[in-house]
Amino acid sequence: MTTSPIQKVAQSTPDGVAKKIRGLSDRTIAWIFVAPTIFLLLAVNIFPLIWTIRLSFTNFRVNRPNKDVEWVGLRNYERILNDPDIWETMQATAHFLLWTITLQVLIGFLLAFLINKKFRGNDLWTTIIVFPMMLSPAVVGNFWTFLYQPQIGLFNYVIAFFTGVDPASFSMIGDVHLAPWAIIIADTWMWTPFVMLICLAGLRSIPDSIYEAAECDRASKWRQFWTITIPMALPFLMLAVLFRGIENFKMFDLVVQLTGGGPGNTTTLTSIDLKREAFEKWRTGYSSAYAVILFVTVFGLASIYVKALNKVKER
Amino acid sequence: MSFSVTEPTNGTKWFAGLLVVAYAIITLVPLLWIIATGFKSPTDSIAYPPVVVFEPTLEGYVNLFTDRTRATDDMIEAAGPPETWYDEIARSRGTVITGPSRYGERFLNSVIIGFGSTFLCMVLGTAAAYAFSRFRVPLKDDLLFFILSTRMMPPIAVSIPIFLMFRNLGLNDTHLGMILLYTAVNLSLSVWLLKGFIDEIPMEYEEAALIDGYTRFQAFYKVVLPQAATGIASTAIFCLIFAWNEYAFAVLLTSGTAQTAPPFIPNIIGVNGKDWPAVAAGATIFLVPVMVFTVLLRKHLLRGITFGAVRK
Repeated sequence: MTTSPIQKVAQSTPDGVAKKIRGLSDRTIAWIFVAPTIFLLLAVNIFPLIWTIRLSFTNFRVNRPNKDVEWVGLRNYERILNDPDIWETMQATAHFLLWTITLQVLIGFLLAFLINKKFRGNDLWTTIIVFPMMLSPAVVGNFWTFLYQPQIGLFNYVIAFFTGVDPASFSMIGDVHLAPWAIIIADTWMWTPFVMLICLAGLRSIPDSIYEAAECDRASKWRQFWTITIPMALPFLMLAVLFRGIENFKMFDLVVQLTGGGPGNTTTLTSIDLKREAFEKWRTGYSSAYAVILFVTVFGLASIYVKALNKVKER
Repeated sequence: MSFSVTEPTNGTKWFAGLLVVAYAIITLVPLLWIIATGFKSPTDSIAYPPVVVFEPTLEGYVNLFTDRTRATDDMIEAAGPPETWYDEIARSRGTVITGPSRYGERFLNSVIIGFGSTFLCMVLGTAAAYAFSRFRVPLKDDLLFFILSTRMMPPIAVSIPIFLMFRNLGLNDTHLGMILLYTAVNLSLSVWLLKGFIDEIPMEYEEAALIDGYTRFQAFYKVVLPQAATGIASTAIFCLIFAWNEYAFAVLLTSGTAQTAPPFIPNIIGVNGKDWPAVAAGATIFLVPVMVFTVLLRKHLLRGITFGAVRK
């Protein structure tokens, strides 16, 4: 019998080591394999989270380490929930979430629907469309400020070219009414491919036989679209909305580079506001309470949503 | 080819193709504009109407990699004739090069931290994913959900204690600190993706190996790892891209020695204010590798971005 190279290597493992390793039960091996991951996540995620919760009940300030730290109970939470500025921030975030998700779902689904028509070269074009979402949001967001420049910016030029308005007459990131749309446009440009990819997977998962059966029953294309395509792609669409919702609720890099939260507070999303409180005003206790509120909100909304998603899947 | 009722007609295909190609071209314009601006002179970059045809120059790249100072004619004359082509470009703008800029260092930091964290993430992630896939781990579902939930936290929300913790441990603004942090951030992705890939490898291969007298470890690295190579490679590229693009932690926790490129590029300023060709040049060098990786990843993109929830 010839021995394979793999067996040779196996035999060449020193006896002592082999025995020691062989002696380990599967359960021990499982723990050795899982423990480092869990440990690192506890150290870098859970431990800081608990620390944040602790800090949220104090008036601690990082920039004044010598000041006595007082236990203030729920006062930070009370102040945040009664602060009109924070509600303004929440509204800006809601506006951003609502429009980015709506636009991305509509355009993304339409693109997926078209790509699913399997025209020649659809793979190549899908890859090209996907580029924006893989790039660094901070670097790209910074460059969008250049495109949005009044007069010299390409975006203003194109709008002016098609509508006839003066390209120097409006500033996407300097105007209180336009700035929220400036970030929505850039985010939609960046993340529509994400929704598109998920929708495409949904559409491709629908077996041809269902359409064939519908065709035999003389169902119109329009009817097929609403009674087969949409319901069967719905779980995928909802998954895309979940991912975009969580990601955009955390949105920081793209917007901070684009508008920095301005003008005024019109594009100050929660993450940007939190960064100001924590790292510019150095109100550590207060911003910790803020962080806890945000985390509970995301987690709560996401859990409710996942329940709804599972119901749709079961249908 | 047999006739099928579900196959779209040629007309439909043409129409669909046309719309998709139109969208793709529009979506590419900002990216092409970045690349083009990198090769423009400062005057061309802010010309109105925007110029599409221009004389390419490497000035943006020279400005990106060098620090310059404004110089009078006398000073330029005193410095003697330009020795290199980049000296010549700087001189033609009335400046002299005083030394290399920090872009090279920042880019190198991105490389070190990106690859370091990816490597660590793959080692830890593969082991954990294998255990979750093959062994009966107590509380398996809870642990997996816990790993995923770490991804839901806004980075800014945990950055305060991480900042304090790193300060106490002396990890603020160090490569090691950023590598550990990015590893933790990407672990959820690598464990979930890799578990999916390993789940797809039939258990019988390992069983056969175990019967042949392999130990569990040998079965793991001689049978499972080679089988999962494609999955591991694509997961690694995803981790690398996420670490490469990360901005929030980088801007809060690094300022000098360990600063990566994303917080640095937007702050590139020229002698006469914002130097857009230099910014565009920096962005181009930073973004093009990611585009190449995207092309390599195209078969696994969907899986990566949904944490393995959608497998196609």
